[in-house]
Amino acid sequence: MPEWMSIRDTKHKIDNLSAEEVTSSYLDTIEKSSINAFTNINKKAIEDAKYYDKNQSDLPLAGVPISIKDNISTKGIPTTCSSRMLENYIPPFNAHVIEKLYEAGAIIIGKTNMDEFAMGGSTETCCGGTTFNPWDTSRVPGGSSGGSAAALAAGESPISLGSDTGGSVRSPASYCGVVAMKPTYGTISRYGLISYSNSLEQIGPMATCVEDIAHIMDVIAGYDNRDSTSIKRDINYSDAIINDSEGMKIGVPTELISDGINPKVEKIVWDAIHKMEDLGAIWKEVSLPTTKYALPAYYILAMSDASSNLARFDGTRYGLRVEGNNWHVMASKTRAQGFGDEVKRRILLGTYALSAGYHDKYYVKALKVRTLVKNDFDRAFNDVDVLMGPTMADIAFKVGEKIEDPLSIYMTDINNVPVNLAGVPSMSIPCGFADKMPVGLQIIGNTFDESSILRCAYTFEQNTNHHRKRPDGVN
Amino acid sequence: MSYSNTDGIMIGLEIHVQLNRLKTKMFCGCSTQYHSSPPNTHVCPVCLGLPGALPVINQKAVESAMKVGLALNCEIVEQTQFHRKNYYYPDLPKGYQVSQFDYPIVSNGKVAIEGEDGELVIRIRRAHMEEDPGKLIHMGSIDKSKGTLIDYNRSGMALLEIVTEPDIRSPKEARRFLDKLRNILEYLDVFDSDLEGAMRVDANISLQGGDRTEIKNISSHKGAERALLYEIMRQKNLLRRGEIVTMETRHFDEARGVTTSMRSKEEEHDYRYFPEPDLVPLRVKDRTEKLLQELPELPDAKKERLISQYSISDMHAKALVSNLKIANFYEEVASEVNPKVAATWIADVLKGELNYRDLTIDACKVEDIVQLVTMIMENKITDRSAVEVIRTLLDSGGNCMEIVEKKGLVKVEDNVVEQAVDDVLGENKNAINDYLNGKEQSLNFLVGQVMKKTRGRADPMIVRDIIANRIK
Amino acid sequence: MITEEDVERISWLARIEIDSSKSKEYAEQLNSILDYFQQLEELDTSDIEPTYHVDDLVNVLRSDDIKPSFTQEEALENCENKKDGYFKVPGIM
Ligand SMILES: [Mg+2]
Ligand SMILES: [Zn+2]
Repeated sequence: MPEWMSIRDTKHKIDNLSAEEVTSSYLDTIEKSSINAFTNINKKAIEDAKYYDKNQSDLPLAGVPISIKDNISTKGIPTTCSSRMLENYIPPFNAHVIEKLYEAGAIIIGKTNMDEFAMGGSTETCCGGTTFNPWDTSRVPGGSSGGSAAALAAGESPISLGSDTGGSVRSPASYCGVVAMKPTYGTISRYGLISYSNSLEQIGPMATCVEDIAHIMDVIAGYDNRDSTSIKRDINYSDAIINDSEGMKIGVPTELISDGINPKVEKIVWDAIHKMEDLGAIWKEVSLPTTKYALPAYYILAMSDASSNLARFDGTRYGLRVEGNNWHVMASKTRAQGFGDEVKRRILLGTYALSAGYHDKYYVKALKVRTLVKNDFDRAFNDVDVLMGPTMADIAFKVGEKIEDPLSIYMTDINNVPVNLAGVPSMSIPCGFADKMPVGLQIIGNTFDESSILRCAYTFEQNTNHHRKRPDGVN
Repeated sequence: MSYSNTDGIMIGLEIHVQLNRLKTKMFCGCSTQYHSSPPNTHVCPVCLGLPGALPVINQKAVESAMKVGLALNCEIVEQTQFHRKNYYYPDLPKGYQVSQFDYPIVSNGKVAIEGEDGELVIRIRRAHMEEDPGKLIHMGSIDKSKGTLIDYNRSGMALLEIVTEPDIRSPKEARRFLDKLRNILEYLDVFDSDLEGAMRVDANISLQGGDRTEIKNISSHKGAERALLYEIMRQKNLLRRGEIVTMETRHFDEARGVTTSMRSKEEEHDYRYFPEPDLVPLRVKDRTEKLLQELPELPDAKKERLISQYSISDMHAKALVSNLKIANFYEEVASEVNPKVAATWIADVLKGELNYRDLTIDACKVEDIVQLVTMIMENKITDRSAVEVIRTLLDSGGNCMEIVEKKGLVKVEDNVVEQAVDDVLGENKNAINDYLNGKEQSLNFLVGQVMKKTRGRADPMIVRDIIANRIK
Repeated sequence: MITEEDVERISWLARIEIDSSKSKEYAEQLNSILDYFQQLEELDTSDIEPTYHVDDLVNVLRSDDIKPSFTQEEALENCENKKDGYFKVPGIM
């Protein structure tokens, strides 16, 4: 029976059995699974596991399987972004984080499903079909890193990497009852992450417990001279795993916890905040007044970046090619058939927002709103250590429920996108259940203050039982 | 001499210069030495535009661009940020070119050239950094091609796009400006003009009463002059017939020497510039002092110094400095022999012989020219023989002394000449009589006979004097 | 307001072929999203500087040192249409 395992559990099991047996049991679970969390399996996973059985190793992740969102380049393993465009693309190089994981001894078990090119919040816009939420397979897992979160919840991998442009690790973590962090912009090298919106996104660790997030961060974070936006900072994340939040100051942004929130979710989040109070933290309401405008600003910027980032997919060097009688026609046909509807919509809107005559009205305006959003956070963090609120205003919605109305899916990111605009770190941890579906608590920190987030999250987790509950059929 | 620009010609140039003396490309560590390599062997995730690859700016490229700016008397920008210029073309692996937009690295410069009527100052509007696209090979002509092959080895090479104000008034001035620019770039050691595609020129040109056209795809200085001559003629004819010159982009067909209209749907551009989010701003003005100190002596300064240091003519100095390697070669020679004589031989003779053979000064050794000049100074060989030595050196190699000996070019002693004159005069009584009867050519015949006897090693002017004196 | 002609212009700019029978549908969809974006007009941002980068990094530069490149095989390995070491595409015009 599939089970949730922490890194510690996994290593323990490897010691008792073998890396090969642990890996093959995960592969077996994936094989039998019907939630469709993976796009590809690493054919060399068993071979890699055998290596660690033969060679004693004290590497931090020696023999530990990890699943990787399918927009992170893995040399020799297909990396498709869940798009027809890249169905047959095999990167000839590894992303920085993949190099780091290999150096730490991890076994890449496979690539996880996602909204096509990370553009979505439900993991429904995938060329290989929807991923289903393990807690209720009639519901979406959130997105765009839905495959990773679902894989964790279904016991198909102990840890995972996702990416977060506007909530893409936090949304599925919240919907699937697991833990995920979007670190401060610049903390993890984006080298090898297939860009959607460069100035907003970060790779983010995903796991079933807070401590694992810190362990993964210790492996993958750090300066990389191939990413010009990478920050030189040496932080030990595991040091922040402290079960004590005495005196910590928590701000509760009114804007995140009022409008349009499911009352059951609202209650669970308030309960969590009061729990933190019981544990010695102090809380007060704060305001992030620009929140309402963050969402349109976010979409304008993300679509603008995307329209340019995805221009390279023209059928010339890699990926899908649909022939045409000249190069421009070939490119137009290739892109028409290679991209799904949502991707096309965003490219067209981004092209429009950057085009002559509209550039200032949309693109520059959005960058100015970004300044206001950032100022909101700066002001709030003058007073408090972390901010807390719901990750998502509701529990996971039904598969197909919103797919015909793109705006309604955009709206689900409302609590998440301000974080990406400001570049600050944020985490989602399980904090309860509404209608038997997990609810996520979002903890936002100041720039480079992942430590406060981890400390709050760990204290909450160690003093509650929400993270111990599993979907049916998972131990 | 005054130049009356009766047609009101205004020419502005945009010159793409490859900073090909860098070791690596603009944004990645691929080597720039691809010119004799197989296709697609100097590429990596970054310059091939693979998904997930990120650019990192080459520091030396930035400093090279700043040096060029300083040499062109430009101002350095306070702060700049690379932008993406978005358009689709198969040579562009990312669907955008990383370039500079509103804040070019340097701007507002000027360069003086020799214009039609004396010194002409050409203003430099700006120079910005960008990356070169790959290279397309059309299977057949561009418009009827069945297919196109792409080599991305060139993709990502650092380019500097230099834009002048429309201060140029003739094709000849355009060519002189380009020559001067190339000269300066080579002095700065940022550019090797011998490599294919090193400098590409677009020209804007308008005549009084007409709109401006832009000529694309000019790959040589001579080509620029020809394209402009053609375009002026074309525009003049249109205006004379009362037709209008429309604003358009034209393609220069190097083989036919004509410009043709290239209007098409692809030409309607909306580049959607926006800041490259994968790169952070540059604030490098504070490096100006350091770079100014590293700046080498530039052509104009070198010319003045050569004139005053070696007392050579303005004309010789100009010829020498127009090629840095030749100027350096000259100075090495001049440090060992008479600088004036050296200047004459290098600027007037050697340079011409090199050009004729399409050779660079690397084909020549300093010691050979030192020996040659020494022999000329010591009257050991005639000027004619010296030219022969140079030609032989360039055509067949070897060294100066060897050639002089093997070909027996050492000038004969005076008494040998006297003897030869005696012999010739004794053998050619008729010719002497003809000369005395006023037939001037007879003297030439007699000199020729003496030269024949001495196998060319006598000085013909001296022989002529001797004979003329003897039979007067 | 995006018109059907705009859709055609943008789709050409973005090199995404759109069947002309679909232009109207696209225009409607895009307009409903643009309408939503319009609410930014409510905010007065005349005195606000745009934020391009959330951190204040400047002058991130690398030294001019050569790194290994791909082999020709690696460079072309994801491309089916190639010839003599080149990528091969249809003509431009
Ligand atoms: Mg240019
Ligand atoms: Zn490269």
